[in-house]
Amino acid sequence: MTAIGWFQIILYCAIVVALVKPLGWYMTRVFNGEATFLSPVLRPVERGFYWISGVDERREQHWLTYTVAMLLFHIGGFLIIYGVMRLQAMLPFNPADQAAVAPDLSFNTAVSFLTNTNWQNYGGESTVSYLVQMLGLTHQNFLSAATGIVLAVALIRGFARASVRTIGNFWVDITRCTLYILLPICIVYSLFLVSQGMPQTLGPYVDATTLEGAKQTIAVGPVASQVAIKMLGTNGGGFFNANAAHPFENPTALSNFVQMISIFAIGAAMTNVFGRMVGNQRQGWAILAVMGVLFIAGVSICYWSEANGTTALHALGLSGGNMEGKEVRFGIVASSLFAVVTTAASCGAVNAMHDSFTALGGMIPLINMQLGEIIVGGVGAGLYGMLLFVVLAIFVAGLMVGRTPEYVGKKIEAREVKMAMLAILVLPLMYLGWTAVAVVLPSAVASMANAGPHGFTEVLYAFTSATGNNGSAFAGLTGNTFFYNLTLASAMFVGRFFMIVPAMAIAGSLAQKKSVPPSAGTFPTTGGLFVGLVVGVILIIGGLTFFPALALGPIVEHLAMNANTLF
Amino acid sequence: MLREIRPAIVLLLLLTAVTGLAYPLAITAIAGVIFPSQAQGSLIEKDGKVIGSALIGQEFKEDKYFHGRPSATLAPDPNDSSKTVPAPYNAANSGGSNLGPTSKALNDRIKEDVEKLKAENPSQPVPIDLVTTSGSGLDPDISPEAALFQVPRVAKARNLPEQQVRQLVEPNTKGRFIGVLGEPRVNVLALNLALDGASK
Repeated sequence: MTAIGWFQIILYCAIVVALVKPLGWYMTRVFNGEATFLSPVLRPVERGFYWISGVDERREQHWLTYTVAMLLFHIGGFLIIYGVMRLQAMLPFNPADQAAVAPDLSFNTAVSFLTNTNWQNYGGESTVSYLVQMLGLTHQNFLSAATGIVLAVALIRGFARASVRTIGNFWVDITRCTLYILLPICIVYSLFLVSQGMPQTLGPYVDATTLEGAKQTIAVGPVASQVAIKMLGTNGGGFFNANAAHPFENPTALSNFVQMISIFAIGAAMTNVFGRMVGNQRQGWAILAVMGVLFIAGVSICYWSEANGTTALHALGLSGGNMEGKEVRFGIVASSLFAVVTTAASCGAVNAMHDSFTALGGMIPLINMQLGEIIVGGVGAGLYGMLLFVVLAIFVAGLMVGRTPEYVGKKIEAREVKMAMLAILVLPLMYLGWTAVAVVLPSAVASMANAGPHGFTEVLYAFTSATGNNGSAFAGLTGNTFFYNLTLASAMFVGRFFMIVPAMAIAGSLAQKKSVPPSAGTFPTTGGLFVGLVVGVILIIGGLTFFPALALGPIVEHLAMNANTLF
Repeated sequence: MLREIRPAIVLLLLLTAVTGLAYPLAITAIAGVIFPSQAQGSLIEKDGKVIGSALIGQEFKEDKYFHGRPSATLAPDPNDSSKTVPAPYNAANSGGSNLGPTSKALNDRIKEDVEKLKAENPSQPVPIDLVTTSGSGLDPDISPEAALFQVPRVAKARNLPEQQVRQLVEPNTKGRFIGVLGEPRVNVLALNLALDGASK
């Protein structure tokens, strides 16, 4: 570990925190339907969209209608991706002549992008056409991100409103989110990325003759436009197989730094949107503080472990940390930081191969995802995931003092706690359940690339990443098999929607409740005690759920690594 | 609920057209005008022929060139398309080795490379980046230490004084961005082009 390394980490955190307030202010205006500096241009477009699609922007929806609208929207999105992938050979923008994608792989990919997971069982440059990258994947990067954000906003409205039955209009929210927030940022951002060296072309792959006379085919494409939203929307699906490790997908140290900031920007600002909407920004800062504590702890362990390297490397007289699977332009610190950021948020882009991380360095991304990606988290998804834990923590606090728990003026009762528990329990059921099935099926075990405990970690990581809608991988695992295509798709589906529906039910039930003014007996939720309590609840629930699985994977591997046992 | 079906179809198509077609095509058009070289992939031409990209590493095996890092990229086996064979710096199929910290295969590979490099230059410690594969398999850079490590071999193969070769490394070394971000590095292709220029 070096001083300049720590300085990069601190600088990163400072910039993310500095962006929280301005971005939170802007997003709150967008979702409150107020005018912004972009309104003169975008408002006519927005109204045109409502007129053509028959949306009455003043009509608000009950939580069930809101959720059904979201689900209908997703069915259509699924059909578009699946259709374009199956038919890509007959469609334009296919200069590399990619053949139709197999049904199970198309199914897996469609679910993967729909759920904001962007797990890649396909290799971008070797499997899909430019049309699939744009019409299938870039568009769903926008819409799945927008969906996450608007669902969080709907839940916030549940906390902020009193005695009403509606939580907003899904169609208005998704249109405004896409037009006013995601698209303008992406236009500026993607041009910046091109300036750093990211290709943006519809031309065919380039054939080069190297200095030594060998042939090299260089894959290019409309990369920058997709990468911008892939990062900003915490999607993470790479244009290329190697994702953000690929020099075209992350050309410079600066592009890397900005990409990391863009992963956290919206998710962190959502805490401020929450604070503003419930009428006290300190409520938002308290939640961000919970995230910050867990984040700093994760970064420190990961950076320390990667900078230390492995016993096997030391035995060969090598120093300088674990550089296997990492790029020289990023080095140890930017690779470790990126790994923690991408899994704390549900991004899943990688700028180094997590499979080649040290045992403990690779365990941190795994833990981040198993905690439910609530450390900033996916855009929107992180906040509603965190609010579920807050509900639980408040409930525990209420039990300790024997009072009905309240949070931002709302009584937390049996229904909310049951829904929060449903969402929190269903996730481990998916990743632990499917991992257990996979390790006893010989055909599934054959997909592991590494022997010993590391192979087990590969499988656990895959199902955790899919359930958490992250999409990063211990990429050695051969995921493009019938078994993994279907089971991972089911994990992604359950991980997304069994989180969303209970969260929306809580939103609906909270919106109907009366607001209780704070009294002397109200537990203050803006201070250090609250932050400590939520961190404690997260770690205890998390620890109880997945510690045994970690012990079989990364922990035993760490002990083996120190003893220089190889598999 | 029925009245949600029309927006589910129409709004989806509208937003898809905007984000999936209009946006990427507009960015392609704008980028092509203001950043034409980067948008095409930062290609390097020599005598009218493309010799590579400034951002994509390529394989160097000859002693007279600086070598990049090992690469774990694969290509389909020409004899059996269901299998893959090693194809270093295959820029149409990026990827890393994905071998973990307790992998015997990884350890054997690194050990073999370390021994080769020690034989080549016993006077300096072996730089870690010269014996580890990158995440993309296309890393265009090596560390400055890795470049200096190879100076004796390159100088000998070209019959140049070591000092002259070493002097080429420094102008081709890029520091951290604003002195803070990333790591110092040397672009192997740029260095080798400079080397070819100096040898003429």
